[in-house]
Amino acid sequence: MSAALWQILQIALALALAPGLTGLVRWLKAVLQGRGGPSLLQPYRDLYRLLRKEPVVSEDSSWLFRLAPYGCFLAVLLAAAIVPTFTTHLTLVHAADLIALVALLGIARFLTALAGMDAGTAFGGLGASREMMIASLAEPAMLMVTFSLSLLAGSTLPANIVGFVLGGGIGLEVSMGLALAALTMVAIAETGRIPIDNPATHLELTMVHEAMVLEYSGRHLALMEATGMLRLWLFASLILCLFLPWGIALPGGGFLAILLGLVTYVVKLAGIAVALAVFETSIAKMRLFRVADFLGGALLLALLGTIFLYVSEAV
Amino acid sequence: MTAGAALLLLLVASLVPLGAGHLARAHQAAYGLCLGSALVLALVALVHLAAGDAARLAVLPFGLPWMAAHFRLDQLSAFFLLVINLPAAMAALYGIGYGLHAPEYRRVTPFFPLFLLGMNVVVLADDAFVFLVGWEFMSLASWLLVLSNHRDQETRRAAHLYLIMASFGGFCLLPAFGLMAGEGGDFRFEAMRAGEFGPVAGFLVVLLALLGAGSKAGLVPLHAWLPQAHPAAPSHVSALMSGVMTKVALYGLVRILFDLHGAVDWRWGAALMLIGAASAVIGVLYALMQTDLKRLLAYSTVENIGVIAISLGLALAFKDQGRQALAALALVAAFYHMLNHAAFKTLLFLGAGAVQAATHERELNRLGGLIKRMPVTAPAFLLGAMAISALPPLNGFVSEWLIFQSLFRGPELPHWTMKFGVPVVGALLALAAALAAACFVRAFGIAFLGRARSAAAAQAAEVVAPMRAALVLLAVLCVVLGVIPVTVTGALATIAEPLAGAALEPAVGLGWPWLSPADGERGSYAATVLVLAGLVLAGLLLWATRRLSPLPVRVAPSWDCGQPDPSPATQYTADSFAQPLRRVFGTRIFGARETVEMPPPGDPRPARFSLRMRDPIWQGLYLPLAAGVDWLAERINRMQFLSIRRYLMLMFLTLVVLLVVVGVRQ
Repeated sequence: MSAALWQILQIALALALAPGLTGLVRWLKAVLQGRGGPSLLQPYRDLYRLLRKEPVVSEDSSWLFRLAPYGCFLAVLLAAAIVPTFTTHLTLVHAADLIALVALLGIARFLTALAGMDAGTAFGGLGASREMMIASLAEPAMLMVTFSLSLLAGSTLPANIVGFVLGGGIGLEVSMGLALAALTMVAIAETGRIPIDNPATHLELTMVHEAMVLEYSGRHLALMEATGMLRLWLFASLILCLFLPWGIALPGGGFLAILLGLVTYVVKLAGIAVALAVFETSIAKMRLFRVADFLGGALLLALLGTIFLYVSEAV
Repeated sequence: MTAGAALLLLLVASLVPLGAGHLARAHQAAYGLCLGSALVLALVALVHLAAGDAARLAVLPFGLPWMAAHFRLDQLSAFFLLVINLPAAMAALYGIGYGLHAPEYRRVTPFFPLFLLGMNVVVLADDAFVFLVGWEFMSLASWLLVLSNHRDQETRRAAHLYLIMASFGGFCLLPAFGLMAGEGGDFRFEAMRAGEFGPVAGFLVVLLALLGAGSKAGLVPLHAWLPQAHPAAPSHVSALMSGVMTKVALYGLVRILFDLHGAVDWRWGAALMLIGAASAVIGVLYALMQTDLKRLLAYSTVENIGVIAISLGLALAFKDQGRQALAALALVAAFYHMLNHAAFKTLLFLGAGAVQAATHERELNRLGGLIKRMPVTAPAFLLGAMAISALPPLNGFVSEWLIFQSLFRGPELPHWTMKFGVPVVGALLALAAALAAACFVRAFGIAFLGRARSAAAAQAAEVVAPMRAALVLLAVLCVVLGVIPVTVTGALATIAEPLAGAALEPAVGLGWPWLSPADGERGSYAATVLVLAGLVLAGLLLWATRRLSPLPVRVAPSWDCGQPDPSPATQYTADSFAQPLRRVFGTRIFGARETVEMPPPGDPRPARFSLRMRDPIWQGLYLPLAAGVDWLAERINRMQFLSIRRYLMLMFLTLVVLLVVVGVRQ
């Protein structure tokens, strides 16, 4: 029964913290750039404002356009539900593993890209086409990271990987480092951060994700924006869960362990926000066609990670 | 008995339109008979699978003079019977509506039942003779079906190429069976199963089986005929050629490599995995470059056959290296993907046929906006596109998940080639899967979404009821196969385990909805649970948005950054959508060159964009081969114009050579 309780808490945590994380990154970036920065609560206010506005849809669009925001949000929310953040004692933890997680994110991408093309505007098609190009390299890279982890920990379930790492099953492994690097690169691409995409831009030459959701307004836009925030939260949590799981409560840990897990999780999340803000401030955006090199690099790193496992075994 | 009656019914069905071909009703009746017999056969297969019966044999007194015809229904045959007849029933149902719209439909109806008959005979055969007769029946009937639209120059070319490749396939399978039958010449499968053959014969059997079945299934580089022949046929035939006939070819492969031969070296498994990976990536890259909807689907078949080949190769390697339980897992994954591909590829081809019937167009760049004009076809095609892109909770994801799970166990094989090779194959498979999603976003997005790019697309109307019914039923099948995966894998395990020689590792501690490759700790997936959780969350989300956001939706012109353009030509086309991917992947492989011809300011000429691509396999392999055959034919041609004296001399020399051969052998 407690598993169901923690599962609900986990989903509530994702919904509550995701806009906050985006707000924190924005505020940190502003501070680093010498500006005052918006309040941490600004993303919450934005979402509420969008929800209260009248949604306008294009007369050229179809039912798919109205359905897509709900589908995207749900797919990413389900993905967020299965990544352990403060405890591995969750109901849905066995319902989907890392491969299914990649596929759940794939649903959101598939629907967003189609929604971008639905109104029949040039920008929507542009965004969809670029997004699918980026995904065609990011997705395999993430699956190869899964491959490495599954060879190391003997499981594709995030909860079991956490248990394995916490149980001291993994020392300092080259493969772990390579997998972390690859997953970070994928995360940057998938969440549309600099240097792949700029979440703050509306310049046609540079945008990818924003181009697909240009036609959205009102509650549809709110859901699309919330999906983006949730995706950032998800990738941050995924990196924390797989590579820095310390603090996560294992089943049967008791209430104190859960509390400790919650506190350490929030601290770790803030740490990731700082790292992201510093990284984004110190780097410039890439040309679109260099993204292929960047993500191809991620794919190769992940592949190298799996192969290094045998090399280190043999030495 | 029932199966035999159903097969006879198919023969009758092919005669009906011959007798009364001038009546439209006769053609519909023929499709109705096909539908009935396909349903009966599917039911027979399902009952056999569910009951887990022992193999049933039948010996019929026809065939070669010294041998009766042997038929056998075992678990493997029953599974393939199901894979053939479920889509076949849907295609026949679709044919009742579509058959009369197809150009030259009188040339289609008589051969459609024969095509089904051929495929069914192949999987029921229990000796090489019946197998090959069925195989050639299937090839020739489908060749005639491809040729039905014979006034088109391109179709004639495609049919010609198909005939050559089909003959090549048969030409390879014949000696493969001959080698297995051995010197005694016993062509019964039972004798082959018991027979022993030396390393050279064993090597040749596998090679010939791979060439023969591989060319029919469309494995790279023997795939060249497939994307030309499959789209040239009427859509319900294309659906069966792509969705089902390729599976019959794979049945041949599985039957020979896992059952009749029985002891295939793991290196063949590695080779099959590599061929599969190449087929998957190359197939999907070609698919991404196509602007013809049906050709795109045909290339995607090459990709999916590659995915299945990866899994079969892995199973071979596991089996030879003594990891039988894992071999069973890889086989289950392969069978699952065959079933899935049969379902969604049939659905997609029938959807493409519906688009063609409604617009008379297959060219993506002249479609668009169909989602509003075809309210049943569009969602069905969308479900098929999502299933083939391996998105949960649909069926494509389950088989992909199983294939990845068995690939992740690949490094447990002791050989270094496999340890290093399996991750590379895994990366290629993941790449193919991601590109497939891009390919089907493009296909659905360009054809069904946006604004109509031609008058035909703007005036499209939804297709007739039997066609819609077939589309909906197949879409439902895709959902069902995705949501109850454990029930399906349970049935597939009973087929895979005898072939692999061991039971699957039991999934400890996990009950019905939890799918797991081994014990539950290795990984698990529960589509049923995910769907339920998704439904609960969806209900909450709808309730929350209703409460927080009460204003109704307003419909207005597109915003498009404030500068909307009324011309549908400003939308992204199929070519522009593929441009980033073409640049990343295509420059090297296809030698894609884009040139923009921009006239100077003041010049009224329009700017022009041109794209050149070449087909490396066609130009690098097939054209030189064809040139070589031509050259050889030219040389041999001289023998037609010799004098009597020289002919006599040739005969004499032949006699001497034959005598020497006989002398040496004795």
